[in-house]
Amino acid sequence: MATKTEKEQAPMGDRNIADMPKDYIPGWGIDADPENDPTYPMKKWNGADHERLNYPKAPQQDTDVEILKSIERPVVTRVFGSTVPPSGLSGMLRRKAFKYSEGTSAHWMGLILADRINMVEGLIDDLSKGYIPNFFKEWGWPAEWKYNRKKFVQKAAIGTAVTLAAIWLLKKSAKKSR
Amino acid sequence: MTRERIDYTDVLLPYKNMQSSGTALLPKSVYEQNKVSMLAMNFRGPYRIRVDRNKPEPKIEHPYDAIVRVTRSLICGSDLHLYHGLVPDTRIGTTFGHEFTGVVVEVGSGVQKLKVGDHVLVPFNIACGTCPFCSQELYGNCHESNPEATAVGGFFGYAHISGGYDGGQAEYVRVPYADVSPMVIPEGLDIEDAVLLTDVVPTGYQAAEMAGIRKGDTVVVFGAGPVGIMAARCAWLFGAGRVIIIDRLEYRLEFAKQYSYCEAYNFTEMDDPVLFLKKQTDWLGADVCIDAVGCEASGSALQTITGKKLLLQAGAATALHWAINSVKKGGIVSVVGVYGPPFNLVPLGSALNKGITMRGNQASVKRLLPRLIDHVMAGRLNPKGLITHRVPLEEVSDAYHLFSAKLDNCIKPLLIPPKANAA
Ligand SMILES: NC(=O)c1ccc[n+]([C@@H]2O[C@H](COP(=O)([O-])OP(=O)(O)OC[C@H]3O[C@@H](n4cnc5c(N)ncnc54)[C@H](O)[C@@H]3O)[C@@H](O)[C@H]2O)c1
Ligand SMILES: [Zn+2]
Ligand SMILES: [Zn+2]
Repeated sequence: MATKTEKEQAPMGDRNIADMPKDYIPGWGIDADPENDPTYPMKKWNGADHERLNYPKAPQQDTDVEILKSIERPVVTRVFGSTVPPSGLSGMLRRKAFKYSEGTSAHWMGLILADRINMVEGLIDDLSKGYIPNFFKEWGWPAEWKYNRKKFVQKAAIGTAVTLAAIWLLKKSAKKSR
Repeated sequence: MTRERIDYTDVLLPYKNMQSSGTALLPKSVYEQNKVSMLAMNFRGPYRIRVDRNKPEPKIEHPYDAIVRVTRSLICGSDLHLYHGLVPDTRIGTTFGHEFTGVVVEVGSGVQKLKVGDHVLVPFNIACGTCPFCSQELYGNCHESNPEATAVGGFFGYAHISGGYDGGQAEYVRVPYADVSPMVIPEGLDIEDAVLLTDVVPTGYQAAEMAGIRKGDTVVVFGAGPVGIMAARCAWLFGAGRVIIIDRLEYRLEFAKQYSYCEAYNFTEMDDPVLFLKKQTDWLGADVCIDAVGCEASGSALQTITGKKLLLQAGAATALHWAINSVKKGGIVSVVGVYGPPFNLVPLGSALNKGITMRGNQASVKRLLPRLIDHVMAGRLNPKGLITHRVPLEEVSDAYHLFSAKLDNCIKPLLIPPKANAA
């Protein structure tokens, strides 16, 4: 028995489809551009790069909140966002992280660590204002209940089991220590 | 120039003092009496968000600013990276949302084109218009809108890594450089199409554009989310001969088949997606591969454990890995899926040995808008067809969970703030 050539083994739908007329697709080929050569950046080259930092700039935005600046630039940008300035322990970590350039892990990992700490700070902040977050709602579990009930029940069952086990273990160890 | 409302400088004073404690809630009395707080999505930690009234309405902070009352906003696959806690410097209390339309309610003293009352679509890039990058139409790479990172442009509601701006999943947003990117929604353009033109359509289109597609090319798109579906659809505009989309979710593959007129395959049914694609392409490889998945890819245990569990790399680069390996020699890999800044495991050796051209960017929305509006108006693209869920802003936590867990056949959820239709 003759072995199949590689060509024969390949599903040959390919060519046929590629050569088929595409009338059923609105706008087929309308933006085809033989000049679009991806080895050049897609921009309208105007030499501005060589003017370096001498470009027209907007007036400087003022602020009284703390803005952390990448050390890879001399000054803050003319415009910036001023929401949630760094604060607390996570803020200290963020300030530290911003002492390293964007090319370092110290910068990014420091920020991720700060994010995790910030989460706890956020919870403390809520509680200290007498606000008890509704985790069920915040996790979007009403959607889970509505559209994925099986998984919801499963999760809830596991959750209850873990809580019961924890209570049982706590009680047991409490008895022992008595 | 001004709108009817209370001067809240005094009201804000206690807020400013409290900002030292970061996530400070406004004392209830402040917003109830003065009605300056707004409804906004509030990030509380990975997988935990809520909507509340803890933020004052934004104010003009720069002469080129405008304040916009949001009429529609979307949740994006990029927001999921924030939601899952994978983006560094996502501070508690941040409001997400970079895809929105809104009505201008106030403009700064230096704003000339936009007027109060204009209904605008706001591209996700915050762009100054004059830096070397903006002046060459790289609006996604502006150098004057993000002090926190030089490698990233300024984006709305995308954590402090993108400039520390609050986003559009709220009643009001501060829109900087208002005369540069925002665009008055042209007559006859549906608002749902308009809001998709702020990100998904340009991103999908640019994915195909960066791929330098030649007529007749075989294009493989990884990811059948809104971005991948749009990329597959746009590949035809550039004359693709064959478009294949790869995902793991059957309902999305079905959707893509219809919406993007493409072939759709489920990678969980393949032993080896690269080999499958080689067979599909006469053993040569695809002419072009598009990565529309980004850092939360599934499909490889090694990538998932190192990238998503241990955070030893900036997310899982599974799709990019497959793309590099399935493209032909001298082929083009176009990347719009988002990866974290530090580094990822990708087969650079193969990229070099095969002489691949790799290109990626954040979409330059403003550059593409005129062409894309034309396509939408002419019926060549139908963006709003992607929206599967229309949800009140108040239910934002459910919408995120739904989109993240891919429940109820969700493709793209739209948020509607309570004041969307206010006169
Ligand atoms: N560059 C830009 O300007 C820009 C703009 C918007 C979105 N994005 C990015 O594009 C990506 C996709 O966005 P989206 O809104 O479509 O998100 P999405 O989460 O809805 O879609 C991602 C899809 O990829 C699929 N997937 C997972 N692993 C895969 C794999 N190994 N191979 C193939 N498919 C796989 C998922 O099942 C999902 O359907 C995200 O990373 C997002 O951040 C980039
Ligand atoms: Zn987006
Ligand atoms: Zn710029």
